[in-house]
Amino acid sequence: MRASDLLCSRPEGLYCPPGDFFIDPGRPVARALVTHGHSDHARSGHSSVLATRETLDIMALRYGEDFAGSTQAARFGETILIGGVSVTFHPAGHVLGSAQIAVEHGGLRIVASGDYKRIPDATSEPFEVVACDVFITEATFGLPVFRHPPAQHQIGRLLKSVAQFPERAHLVGAYALGKAQRVMRLLRDAGYDRPLYIHGALATISDYYQSRGIDLGRLEPATVEGGSKGDFAGAIVVCPPSAFQDRWARRFPDPLSCFASGWMSIRQRAKQGGVELPLIISDHSDWDELTATIRDTGAREVWVTHGREEALVRWCELQGIAARPLNLVGYEDEGE
Amino acid sequence: MNRFAELLDRLVLTPSRNGKLTLLTDYFRSVEDPDRGLALAAITGDLTIASVKPAMLRALVEERMDPVLFSYSYDYVGDLAETVSLVWPEPDTSPAPDRRPTLADVVSALQSASRSDGPRVLARLLDNAGTSERFAIIKLVTGGLRIGVSARLAKQALAQFGKVDVAEIEELWHGLEPPYTALFAWLEGKAPKPEKAAKGLFRPVMLAHAIEDSDLEKLDPADYAVEWKWDGIRVQAVAEGGVIRLYSRTGDDIAGAFPDLAEAIDFEAVLDGELLVGTPSATGTFSDLQQRLNRKTVSPKLRERYPAFMRCYDILQHGEEDLRALPFAERRARLEAFIREPDPARFDLSPFVSFRDWAELERTRAAPPHPIIEGVMLKRWDSPYLAGRPKGPWFKWKRDPHTIDAVLMYAQRGHGKRSSFYSDYTFGVWTGPEGEEELVPVGKAYFGFTDEELRQIDKYVRDNTTERFGPVRSVRADRKNGLVLEVAFEGLARSTRHKSGVAMRFPRISRLRWDKPAAEADRLETLQALLD
Repeated sequence: MRASDLLCSRPEGLYCPPGDFFIDPGRPVARALVTHGHSDHARSGHSSVLATRETLDIMALRYGEDFAGSTQAARFGETILIGGVSVTFHPAGHVLGSAQIAVEHGGLRIVASGDYKRIPDATSEPFEVVACDVFITEATFGLPVFRHPPAQHQIGRLLKSVAQFPERAHLVGAYALGKAQRVMRLLRDAGYDRPLYIHGALATISDYYQSRGIDLGRLEPATVEGGSKGDFAGAIVVCPPSAFQDRWARRFPDPLSCFASGWMSIRQRAKQGGVELPLIISDHSDWDELTATIRDTGAREVWVTHGREEALVRWCELQGIAARPLNLVGYEDEGE
Repeated sequence: MNRFAELLDRLVLTPSRNGKLTLLTDYFRSVEDPDRGLALAAITGDLTIASVKPAMLRALVEERMDPVLFSYSYDYVGDLAETVSLVWPEPDTSPAPDRRPTLADVVSALQSASRSDGPRVLARLLDNAGTSERFAIIKLVTGGLRIGVSARLAKQALAQFGKVDVAEIEELWHGLEPPYTALFAWLEGKAPKPEKAAKGLFRPVMLAHAIEDSDLEKLDPADYAVEWKWDGIRVQAVAEGGVIRLYSRTGDDIAGAFPDLAEAIDFEAVLDGELLVGTPSATGTFSDLQQRLNRKTVSPKLRERYPAFMRCYDILQHGEEDLRALPFAERRARLEAFIREPDPARFDLSPFVSFRDWAELERTRAAPPHPIIEGVMLKRWDSPYLAGRPKGPWFKWKRDPHTIDAVLMYAQRGHGKRSSFYSDYTFGVWTGPEGEEELVPVGKAYFGFTDEELRQIDKYVRDNTTERFGPVRSVRADRKNGLVLEVAFEGLARSTRHKSGVAMRFPRISRLRWDKPAAEADRLETLQALLD
């Protein structure tokens, strides 16, 4: 069997003809396998969805209980047969519940890794290397310029700034699913025990994380009812990145805009976004993680998707690994 | 080194002046000698390090990684120093962060490197550094930190750090050298103020506020002397104990660029005035002056053709006597007496402008007798010479800018925080006979608009692109279609380099005329009329 007979690109997304299912389809389909809850991977309206318990829960929180006709929870490491194709979910280390999906048929194994990272993250199951013939990798940060420093170091910079500018409120922009909770947890791990103030858009998912045993400490709504601006002096407020430009941000004293994202290693990105304190914290693999993972899987062929495909394809060529870009439409670097 | 690197990273993204001051003072407080002094010198531009050419930097990195991957990276990031700092492969022998070289180690390695082993020394430093430190090192060797901190702001931070007046620091500054250990000791209260041992130090200059409409009615014309505002270079001539200096308003010594003027100093005094070219009786224009700017050396031909002279308007010291505390009227009298001594071809007196009331002065201001005059200066008769920009004693009242309606022709992608925006605009006016009009470019502007207007123009450019040349797009512009920009500018010079024959000074976008049809923009003749 050729790899392209097992998985191929269709307008709806990545398709498996012998199993008749899609992985992370961008349009409603009959059967969807979903790697994780970010909205460019997990859409509503499929007839049936197979995903981890956490991903299904997150989809229900975001889209409502009726986001799909039927759902089935996949457990990590458990093989499910779909039309003769073996499907196994493995942790991807991206966000809570995120998975790689190994698809195996006729002695050929392809791993669709979704979004993944290798560095430790207390809010997500750690990435597991799955040996395979073909590895489908993301390339969000697929350029040698992206090398993410340790996240604790970035949190240290944030706490230093909070001490330096006690009269200002530090607004930390972080994507609502995953990044925000990771930042909160990193702050706790760094010994920060004051309440964290959160934008309303983060409440549901943060509560869900806490309910799954991920302790984020005391979270308070960032509202000023009955209070004054000065109440937020010295506070850390976590919000979606888009909230910086909203009127919402005006309630804080001289807000200092921070943005937790892998893009923040590029100074111009920080400048363009008006970010004063860029925090290089990413839920995606950096260049070194991407290349190490390709090696670790032992894949003889690599398909590169969403991101900067050409550099990773070039790297694979230099290593003697067959590689090609896999053109899938519809993926954004949500929140990164 | 990591603290210096972190300081640079923060400064470049911190827009507010107060924020920058906090970052700088915290740095001075928490970092020891000599690193903090070297950092200060790097920021003020007083650190001498042999420079490294970008091509060499690129060659170093391409020895270490696939050139194709490097070029993808460079294309993406757009800035060589930053790209190299990000992609530089860290060798396994790279030391742990706490064992990395200090700023002093880096500076001393760079300063002692010979020309031939410079690249090797740089590569070793980059091997032993983290990403941010690599960026800082590359900035040090490629010259120009470009972090939005002027030498003046750095001195302000020192003043705040030591709770002294910034004028005290500026006055001492030229007698001090990196790493400024004695200065920091004084600011921390651990040692007395460094002696002004050096002769010929800079006297912090007095600056004027721009006058606003509501100011004039509150001011009594009898309290003020008025002079022309000369559009040259503010200069302070210092001659003290055989030391001769020509300081710019920020305290940089520019005597090397104007040896003809420096050599003409045969007195013991400190004068404040405007550096102009030509002669006192036949003063050159600003474009003449430009021939002498930004040059390290000056050819005899240039000196002869564009001689520099100083139009004096204040005297701060005569012999041993410091005159700064005297009222302006008295200093002026002393200056008038003094100015008879030196070479009249090199030093003359800035004349007073006579006026009865503000209305008359406004008329005079609108029609100055020489193109290099950009308005008038109001100085209170009783004002002492104060460092900085005190509100009240001195005002500048500039001539209104010229404006013209031009049509956007080309747009270029910007740099820095505008690197994703088409932010540099070439605009043109109409020329040619009726029915065959065409646009001829007359200038380029990249500021004057708000961020919101930038977004609007950027969208307009993208929606109306006719051709692309690298980072430049040509924009649809004909009699029926085109974006009219109101451009303000300070003056106009003849130019042989431009097809239109004119070059604008200090052009900026003053308004977007979405309402105005392109055909109604100005004609070249309107500009040409301004030349005469």
